[in-house]
Amino acid sequence: MPEMTCIVCPVGCRMTVKVTGTAVEVTGNGCRRGLEYARQEAIAPQRVLTAVVAVAGAEQPLPVKTARPIPKEKLFAAMAEVKTLRPQPPIRIGQVLKEDLAGTGVALVAAKNF
Amino acid sequence: MLEKDTDLVVIGAGPAGLAAALAAAEAGVGEVILIDRLEEPGGILQQCIHNGFGLRYFGEELTGPEYAWRFIEPLAQYPQIQLKTGTMVIELTADRRVVAINPRDGLVVYRAKAVILAMGCRERPRGAINIPGSRPAGIFTAGTVQRLMNIEGLLPGKTAVILGSGDIGLIMARRLTLEGVKVRAVLELLPYSSGLQRNIVQCLDDYQIPLYLSHTVTRIRGEQRVSAVEVAPVDDRLQPLSDQRFAIDCDTLVLSVGLVPENELSVNAGVQLDPATGGPLVDSNYQTNLPGIFACGNVVHVHDLVDDVTEESRMAGGAAALYIRGQLAKVTMIRVSGGRNVRSVVPQQIAPDRPTTLYVRARFPERNRILRVADNDRTKLPVVAPGETIRYTLTPKELQEYREDLSISIEGGASHA
Ligand SMILES: Cc1cc2nc3c(=O)[nH]c(=O)nc-3n(C[C@H](O)[C@H](O)[C@H](O)COP(=O)(O)OP(=O)(O)OC[C@H]3O[C@@H](n4cnc5c(N)ncnc54)[C@H](O)[C@@H]3O)c2cc1C
Ligand code: SF4
Repeated sequence: MPEMTCIVCPVGCRMTVKVTGTAVEVTGNGCRRGLEYARQEAIAPQRVLTAVVAVAGAEQPLPVKTARPIPKEKLFAAMAEVKTLRPQPPIRIGQVLKEDLAGTGVALVAAKNF
Repeated sequence: MLEKDTDLVVIGAGPAGLAAALAAAEAGVGEVILIDRLEEPGGILQQCIHNGFGLRYFGEELTGPEYAWRFIEPLAQYPQIQLKTGTMVIELTADRRVVAINPRDGLVVYRAKAVILAMGCRERPRGAINIPGSRPAGIFTAGTVQRLMNIEGLLPGKTAVILGSGDIGLIMARRLTLEGVKVRAVLELLPYSSGLQRNIVQCLDDYQIPLYLSHTVTRIRGEQRVSAVEVAPVDDRLQPLSDQRFAIDCDTLVLSVGLVPENELSVNAGVQLDPATGGPLVDSNYQTNLPGIFACGNVVHVHDLVDDVTEESRMAGGAAALYIRGQLAKVTMIRVSGGRNVRSVVPQQIAPDRPTTLYVRARFPERNRILRVADNDRTKLPVVAPGETIRYTLTPKELQEYREDLSISIEGGASHA
């Protein structure tokens, strides 16, 4: 049975995952989020992307994140699109900077006031 | 020189100082001076743009700046908290005089009824400084790379090797990769990583970055700029096997080094440190050996979860408020010490009259163990790793059995239950 480390929180539970057809059986998870993670990871892995973007007219960059996890294989495409953004201050924490980042259906949001 | 009486001075406005100041204000302290040498509160969190903060405390996964904002925003509701940024504390005395300096006010001496130490930790180059070879440009600590990339928006180079597999190094391996820097390898001297397992998975495995355990850098090549590092496996005495060495081309060497609590101020004031943690000895109230001087966060011991920092800092803030009112109960504390495979335990002294969460750090990795408190097996430990703190909350009921010094150890799973 394949072993998997839950990456949802820093506790990092070690889980065993058994996939039979479409059924995924998980043991060793410390909470429900681990179960959901293992199911997702076994079928279509996803990650939250965090980065910084340059802000128009400012020296320091702005930290940003995807509002939800995006497919793992889209991380680099998403990163390339993040690089093209130049948001204008003032920016509020949580403000959407780009809807539907790299065709993922997930928004990129500001992680800080600017 | 301006002298000023005040109730509470909090040194450091990272997550520890912020939570302690807010808790003290909530508990009715009349005036709190919250000091940080940086221009912005939030401490190390402002450069930790990755997510993973707050799942335990907020039930959400936040980035560092978002977690910090949860404690910066409420400051506005507490006019009794005076935030002094761009201000450096240069001296602390046992009778709680805090000497601070900034360009606007010059030197100010606060005579405080209580002081909370929340200075965090700093990077300590771990032997890596002794690598032979020239000293070209392109050698950075992981924390410096993190600041360059996330605060200043600069890239350190094009191809990198990371020495040390602590969390900051792992996180920066991913961050560099996403920015288009080729991370050729992460090298770890020990046979195991000191980083969180979750970071090995999502920072290295996700991007197929190789992790070489039991390997080290034996020489740095390059004149103006790093051009390559020579790498060799090490034997079980950590000595490089030079006949097996090989070179990895790179223009950047990142040293992911250990963190040490920042305690110059504390030591000069006479605060007693625990050699195992490098931070002050504290009790259940997070009070140090000096009455009225409390400590919380990474200045006490290096935490891997900021959520734990918040919890203990709120406790320190609440206890300081009681101390200021003369209501902090004096109880005889039970001393705690580390037994088998335990490097450190915090707090080092616990009050028998209330629940106290112990933070236990192991010396070496093991599987299928049990946490033993004195003679009693308390909780199963399927995986023990030096990089991952073990939390265990002792209840007053359990503590009734213990009046003497208490030994905490990690024992074989097969012992009496
Ligand atoms: C790279 C890195 C990655 C991390 N990743 C995670 C993670 O994914 N999840 C998680 O939960 N936790 C993580 N942590 C841990 C968490 O960030 C820390 O435990 C937390 O920031 C510690 O808070 P603190 O307030 O004790 O220290 P700090 O945040 O370091 O704050 C200390 C403050 O004190 C100030 N200061 C120090 N000395 C003085 C002085 N003499 N005068 C004035 N000011 C002073 C400093 O400027 C600083 O602002 C990470 C830590 C690091 C370093
Ligand atoms: S299973 Fe739950 S507790 Fe365990 S690592 Fe995952 S999220 Fe954290």
